[in-house]
Amino acid sequence: MSDSVRIAIVGSGPAGLSAAARAAQLGLSHVLLEKTDHLSDTIYKYQKGKHVMATPSQLILRSDCDFDAGKREAILETWNRQAAELGVTVAYQAEVKAITGSAGAFTITTTKGQTFVAEAVIMAIGTQGNPNLLRCPGGDLPHIQYQLDDPGEYVDEHITVIGSGDAGIENALGLAADAAQGNVVTILNRGADFARAKSANVKLLMEAGEQGRIRIMTETSPAEVRPGELVLDTRDGQETIRCDRIIARMGSAAPRKFVESCGIDFTSEDREAFPKLSPVFETTNPGIFVIGALAGYPLIKHCMNQGYDVVEFINGNRDLKPADEPILEAKFAALPGTRSVDEWLELLRARVTILNDLSPLQMREFMLDSEVRAYKAGDVVFERAAPGSSLFAVAEGSALVEVNPTDPSVTVPIEQGSIFGEVGLISGRRRGATVRAGAASIMVEVSRTAALKLMASVPAAKRAVTRISIERQLLQIFGPGLSTDDVAQLMESAEVLSVRAGQPIITEGEDGTDIYVIRVGSMIVEKMVAAKPVFLSYLPAGSYVGEMTLIGGGKRTATVKAAIKSEVIKLDGAAMRALMDRKPALLERARTMMASRQDVNAFIESRKDSFSGAVDMYSETARFLVDNGIGEATDVLLIDENLCVGCDNCEKACADSHEGLSRLDREAGKTYAHLHVPTSCRHCEHPHCMADCPPNAIHRGPDGEVFIDDTCIGCGNCQRNCPYGVIRMDSVPPPKPSLLSWLFLGKGPGPGEPSKKWRYKHAEPGVEKPKKAIKCDMCSGIDGGPACVRACPTGAAIRVAPEDFLSVARLERENG
Amino acid sequence: MATRASSTHTPRAKGETLHDGFLRHAGFRWAKIAGGLSLLLVVSYALIDITPRHNGGSWYGYTLGTIGVGLILWLTALGLRKRAMTTGRWSLKAWTSAHVYLGLSLIVIGTLHTGFQFGWNVHTLAYGLMMLVILSGLYGITVYTVLPRALSSNRSEMTQGQMLDALRAIDRQLHDAAQPLAQEDAALVRMSLDQDPFGGGLWRRLTGNHRDCVTTQAHRELRRATSTRPNLGNDPLEKVDALLDRKEAMLAQLRRHLRLRALLEIWLYVHVPATFALLAALTAHIVSVFFYW
Repeated sequence: MSDSVRIAIVGSGPAGLSAAARAAQLGLSHVLLEKTDHLSDTIYKYQKGKHVMATPSQLILRSDCDFDAGKREAILETWNRQAAELGVTVAYQAEVKAITGSAGAFTITTTKGQTFVAEAVIMAIGTQGNPNLLRCPGGDLPHIQYQLDDPGEYVDEHITVIGSGDAGIENALGLAADAAQGNVVTILNRGADFARAKSANVKLLMEAGEQGRIRIMTETSPAEVRPGELVLDTRDGQETIRCDRIIARMGSAAPRKFVESCGIDFTSEDREAFPKLSPVFETTNPGIFVIGALAGYPLIKHCMNQGYDVVEFINGNRDLKPADEPILEAKFAALPGTRSVDEWLELLRARVTILNDLSPLQMREFMLDSEVRAYKAGDVVFERAAPGSSLFAVAEGSALVEVNPTDPSVTVPIEQGSIFGEVGLISGRRRGATVRAGAASIMVEVSRTAALKLMASVPAAKRAVTRISIERQLLQIFGPGLSTDDVAQLMESAEVLSVRAGQPIITEGEDGTDIYVIRVGSMIVEKMVAAKPVFLSYLPAGSYVGEMTLIGGGKRTATVKAAIKSEVIKLDGAAMRALMDRKPALLERARTMMASRQDVNAFIESRKDSFSGAVDMYSETARFLVDNGIGEATDVLLIDENLCVGCDNCEKACADSHEGLSRLDREAGKTYAHLHVPTSCRHCEHPHCMADCPPNAIHRGPDGEVFIDDTCIGCGNCQRNCPYGVIRMDSVPPPKPSLLSWLFLGKGPGPGEPSKKWRYKHAEPGVEKPKKAIKCDMCSGIDGGPACVRACPTGAAIRVAPEDFLSVARLERENG
Repeated sequence: MATRASSTHTPRAKGETLHDGFLRHAGFRWAKIAGGLSLLLVVSYALIDITPRHNGGSWYGYTLGTIGVGLILWLTALGLRKRAMTTGRWSLKAWTSAHVYLGLSLIVIGTLHTGFQFGWNVHTLAYGLMMLVILSGLYGITVYTVLPRALSSNRSEMTQGQMLDALRAIDRQLHDAAQPLAQEDAALVRMSLDQDPFGGGLWRRLTGNHRDCVTTQAHRELRRATSTRPNLGNDPLEKVDALLDRKEAMLAQLRRHLRLRALLEIWLYVHVPATFALLAALTAHIVSVFFYW
């Protein structure tokens, strides 16, 4: 076949099919090339009976083919029928091998040797053919597969699904759907949340996890694949699980070699980069257009819209605006200047560093989830201690951070292109400083969810955010007197390392002068005394170790290892030394810290001979506390069971201070050496509960408390995500009569949480109060502090920060 | 270097985690105050010359009496303080500490107030009730010091609810395992199943004497039967025997738990009602004193 057509469309997925349908509708000569013997192979290969979703819901579908959420079979049937009705010309079994020629006369060669001639080519081949491979030892074993056709095929197997996207979740759900199949399904997620997946899928997965049908392992990645076994790196160390089959759904990348061989450039060298495209989807090879997943947009609705649009463009309708244009127009309407939507998008993309690598299509999608605002010089962007977890980017002008709360005139500028507010993404703390616009500015506000999605899908954005937050963290840790340039030099030698629980970063007796900054997680310091490890101290995120050998020379004097899965920044010793030589103040601060550390070492050495049960006991107790999650706590309730008489006044006080519901369970929890860790919030450094909160209702208060605000929708995600079981779902009980009327008249249930029976009896008839998530908020806003501690009659209940509690100084004080 | 470099705002001062119980609170502050007060009163009692002799009706006696009434009312207020979760920088531990030591100082204040004049009247009744309250309080201090450790060790990380659940689970298994048994053996198991773990009355609860426990009896009877037979591994009686063994252990743990809880609480059933009786007697004492003035 060598008749020339107006448009050749490669790939008959949602994008290609929609393009072909438009071409047929417009009466353009066209050919749709499909490598298999059926249309839309990606959807065809979905699990049988899969429910296909139609997100994003705010987007209007504009295509000649219909599409709505529904079963895979129904959708395929509709498309097949409509393709036939519209008279789409399809060439099946035509896998494209090469595209040569130039605009007006492209020659397309298939693997079977057929050739097609077309004036323009639309590439809509998607990325499914090129999945990301498992890259760990044993990644080439035969029981690893990158696709799942029919989950009903597998019976009585231990199956591990790797990947936190929709594909992975749907496969896991499919495999576990029928209990009669007897599959033991585990799903692994490298991160803590399922930000990339559709929320409906995440909800189903969480439900399945709760019912025990699927084991969900977050913050876990595969370390080694063995026949019948899988070694995992988890938050708490390595774990080996039985595994007969691995289904890896870790996304896919464009088949880059083939695309590049067609003369198309990519935006960057990144493995997951996308082809460079003009606003009309034209590539760097004029006449070839790229749409769909290959262009960086994997959602069906977008693909179909693009198919429609691109044919309109090729047909000369250059004024056609994308379907989401009105939404974006409204967003940009309030901004100064008269730029078109495309100009705004391009301006933001070019100016804001973290958006640099986005394609115009990704920019559109990104802006749908974000807001952009203009500020006059001096306008407040956000106030210190205000709640908020969104990320801001300076598109024009600059921002001023008021670093000194007492003197607003001391400011640090944030220049155009950079970001601020990124701390909220990591630990959800309140705004640490007031930020004002430095000049007339334009800022993009990215919601936490959109930012997480951006970081998960655009590696370059993730790197940019990580780099900026590391720079700021170093600046904060190494204190005043350092400029961004100084830190930039340190950054050149810096390396971010992920450390498993229990893995040492510094080993006693070894050489080394590198310095480690703890970015995420926490570390414990141990010293070997008489062949036994003695617990020296606990290092929370935000502290650094290793300068003792850097300043004093010699070998490492203690072992530093991760208490929980952590992330450290390794700084080259020589670079640090050079910086210290230039900045005597920094050296001085390090020396002071070193002195206190040497005191502890000296203390341990002096007690070496008299090492008795006391120190062993201390080390054991410290280890027990770290095992119980104190390692990631910022503030935790402990009960000294030498004193606790079991009166439960702590629980009653908690209930009476908080709408009649107790947020702690005194009796439950682990105990070691009469030190009891009750079921109560630890206010983790990196709260697991915050990972997946749809209304973003969980925040960190000014005193470090993690709390849930009134926007809670009662979904229960936080309760499932909390590894310590401290969140309960309950509705607010009816108000109780006063204490005195209980005392003298016997009215009401008395102090503490009312019984279910009383609550039921006194509930407002006909009104069902919603169950919401409740947890300890450290009695924030209550004068006097935590009620549980105030109300303990014997002094058994104490609240501690781990770094205060877990230090040898305590042992010294108690013995001395 | 082992310090947190970033200075996050914490409301807690360093080292505050070093905690004391209510007895040692703030370096025995209230022990010192109460002790000092008692010493002062004893010395002044010896030095001040009241004619014809010390009694409750002298100016000194009235002073002691007023201090005593004030203290008793304030000490009673602990019951309110404990239950009213108001805001503010108060600590129930400090209150308890003051309650204990000032309460003990009432022995001195009250006794000196009497001028060692006792008789069969409402005045001495009030004194006697006060001493009863103080003695029961002394028992409370003792058990609060001695028993929490034992309570904690015995729990071995189980809550009371979990202990009861475990007991119920064993009962369910016993019920199933007893199905193939002969009638008289099944009757023994039924005896154990019908047992109320809370039953037996207060005395039994406090002493921990459960020698006639029906589970123990049933176990002993079954043992007698099984011990003479070889264990072939499929004897339903052996299974029941093992379950009864577990139930006994579980019951023992639960009973120890309940006993300790009871010992920790029982004194309040004397302390609190006696306090109210004291308040009544005290009112009568004061009214009658002023009535006959």
